[in-house]
Amino acid sequence: MSKPLSKEEYDKRLFNRVNGWISGEKDPFLDNMPSDHKKEAITEEELKHLYDEEKLEVVEHVQDIDHNKVYKNFFRLYRILAVICCVTLIALLLFTVSHLPPMGESTNPAHNEVVDKYVRDGLSDTGAVNIVSGMILDYRAFDTFGESNVLFIAACTVLILMRNDKKKEKNIASAIAEEEKRYEPKSDSILQKVTFFLFPIIVIFGIYVILNGHISPGGGFSGGAIIGAAFILYSNAYGFEKTEQFFTEKTYKWVSFSALTFYCLAKSYSFYTGAHHLESGIPLGVPGAILSSGLILPLNICVGMVVACTMYGFYALFKKGGL
Amino acid sequence: MAFVQNVPFFSIMLSMFSGIVSSVLPGKYARRLNYAMLLCITAMSGWLLFYLVSSDMGSYIFMMGHFPAPFGNEIRAGILEVLMAMFFCIIMALSLFGGRKKLGNEVEHTKHNIYYILCDLLLSSLLALIYTNDLFTAYVFVEINTIAACGLIMIRQNGRTIEAAVRYMIMSLLGSGLLLLGICMIYDMTGHLLMSNIKEQILIIMETGTYRIPMLITIGLITVGLAIKSALFPFHNWLPDAYGYSTVSSAAILSSLVSKGYIFLLLKIFYRVIGFEIIADSHVLHIFYVFGLCGMVFGSLSAIWENDIRRMISFSSVAQIGYIYMGFGIGIEAGVVASIFHIIAHAATKSLLFISAIGLTDVSGGSRHFQDLNGSAFRNKIAGIGFSVGCLSMVGVPLFSGFVSKILFAEAAFIVSAKKMFPVLIVLGISTILNAIYFLKTLIRIYTPADKTLVRERGYLSLCIPEQKLYSLTIILFICVNIFLGLNSEPMLRLILTGLRNFA
Repeated sequence: MSKPLSKEEYDKRLFNRVNGWISGEKDPFLDNMPSDHKKEAITEEELKHLYDEEKLEVVEHVQDIDHNKVYKNFFRLYRILAVICCVTLIALLLFTVSHLPPMGESTNPAHNEVVDKYVRDGLSDTGAVNIVSGMILDYRAFDTFGESNVLFIAACTVLILMRNDKKKEKNIASAIAEEEKRYEPKSDSILQKVTFFLFPIIVIFGIYVILNGHISPGGGFSGGAIIGAAFILYSNAYGFEKTEQFFTEKTYKWVSFSALTFYCLAKSYSFYTGAHHLESGIPLGVPGAILSSGLILPLNICVGMVVACTMYGFYALFKKGGL
Repeated sequence: MAFVQNVPFFSIMLSMFSGIVSSVLPGKYARRLNYAMLLCITAMSGWLLFYLVSSDMGSYIFMMGHFPAPFGNEIRAGILEVLMAMFFCIIMALSLFGGRKKLGNEVEHTKHNIYYILCDLLLSSLLALIYTNDLFTAYVFVEINTIAACGLIMIRQNGRTIEAAVRYMIMSLLGSGLLLLGICMIYDMTGHLLMSNIKEQILIIMETGTYRIPMLITIGLITVGLAIKSALFPFHNWLPDAYGYSTVSSAAILSSLVSKGYIFLLLKIFYRVIGFEIIADSHVLHIFYVFGLCGMVFGSLSAIWENDIRRMISFSSVAQIGYIYMGFGIGIEAGVVASIFHIIAHAATKSLLFISAIGLTDVSGGSRHFQDLNGSAFRNKIAGIGFSVGCLSMVGVPLFSGFVSKILFAEAAFIVSAKKMFPVLIVLGISTILNAIYFLKTLIRIYTPADKTLVRERGYLSLCIPEQKLYSLTIILFICVNIFLGLNSEPMLRLILTGLRNFA
């Protein structure tokens, strides 16, 4: 039988000391921690006083740009250094370019079997008359998929920066709606009439550029930019309210989602079959026909949709903070 | 081709696809999708790693599409790449777990799904940077990486983060621009974008002596570009704000993954595009060596002067990036192995430090200044333990991962000439002392009991483990990773070494 310890002895046990130390009550080596916190625990008043002093200091000496010598000197030095850096970089780059192979020579290293193959076999490999489309959407489709994701992520980042989510709260919604009217364009009848005729033509031209991307110069990126520009023109002439009848944030979300999903799935299929040397089973069609060249046409449509939505989305986000 | 060899392709596509799907999901489901994706990729990478190690096949090439490499795209996977991919996934998952609660407080709820889109696409770009065998593909994914990182910084919207994001964007775009110029010039001189083809051409160029000057300048442009993006010492001024004010998961991801992705790309360019011998002959490595050494000292000095715990940890990153570049600068294989190990060790430790620092500031009324942190480790014990482990690892105490990388750097320095050995050893010593000063200073402070009346007056919280289960689990997992790296360094080093030999 162990005899019961007194409270004092019990407290001195190793376990208790460690426990006390862990929970910050006691230091096991000294008795109680000297609670000398006065130096750091500044009282509120002192803190306020210090803060005021610092603020005065900042206002008097730092923010007074006209008489602040350090600031002035810094900016002088900054400008000089910037000019020196730029001039050095320009000189260096010009010097380098003068040593590079001259442009357009047939003996240049860039004229090799890769270019030859693209020009020679491009049509039979991809079925696209426009070799550039064949290159970006078939030979190097992985890069282009990355590139359309760059657009997508750029749109997301602008959404973070510009989308004003407070608008959806009910109590301030009406005030904000009032505010928003100021961003609406003034109804300009000349602009509206011209837009009335031009808008369909521009959109149709954009669709033409996209659909003919594998036959003639053009494709998803350029056609999408044209359609996006048409939307911007429309919303400038008729205001966001009219545009929202056919283009809202929901449209944007679902259009870019479905386009990118199709792109991702179609290309995954094609990459997978390609890597395992399987037939993809997608017919190339007759070169020059509108329904030809395998996946290039649908991918061009997808890219076009993403680009058009992103173009208009950027405009609307910067103009009024929402789609 | 075995089915497991599809893993690199699956992981890139899966992460991209979940980013795309997240755009129509509400935040909660986007988060679950993100976790599932991370878990899935980690498991798949582990499977592939096991396969590669057991089958002893070195590395292999995976065709992205129906056309073989110089015409189409391709990716390439070896032990080192898969190891990195798996590790990046683990760290990203842990960082997101740890900062999840903070994310809810700091970011508007309507924007949570965008946060996970950014994370998914960031991961896909990191994976693509790791696996790609094509310089232009690398550039495209560098772009995604840059934009995603900007978004991660500014999603917590206050003045400081937006300013930090703008700064980051300017510096990062400068880096991308230089990289793009370099890639264009390489294409002009060699006519290829595929890494292996470029290497053949560059060997011919170096032998015949044509284009030697532009080649040298191109190497300079690419290295400077990537050094700016990964915050090597003189270009590090964007770093403390970007890491110090963004939401904590972002800070952990940025410091441990984004900058490491660029370093890995640089390593890839050194080994697979230009050839390490040519790089070692040019004087680029000496520049890395000098700037790395400077970074080790000046980063630590700035950290000592700092009065804000998050910014202090950020400045410590500058020092650690300095270590990594110094390892490259030593110019031998052992130095590069040490650097790669340090990439992993630092990623594991720095994210642990960020995540546990947030636990400490949370129980100190949200203040990040040192005078308010007194006794915070008692109020949030698990965060205190995590922070201690992180500090000890950074200082280089045996048992933790930081010790192994430091001893590897020192060993590498002994192999190389005396001219490079002494500076390395001396600066390693100085840097360790400086690390100890600011980390142990913080440790002593958080373990100094605070005045009880003051704590009550200011209403500081006390959090115990059951109140923050996910957070505690994260910290414990981080500590396990750290100790695992510290104790099992030998097999890891063997993996890195074989991976590096297959790499070239």
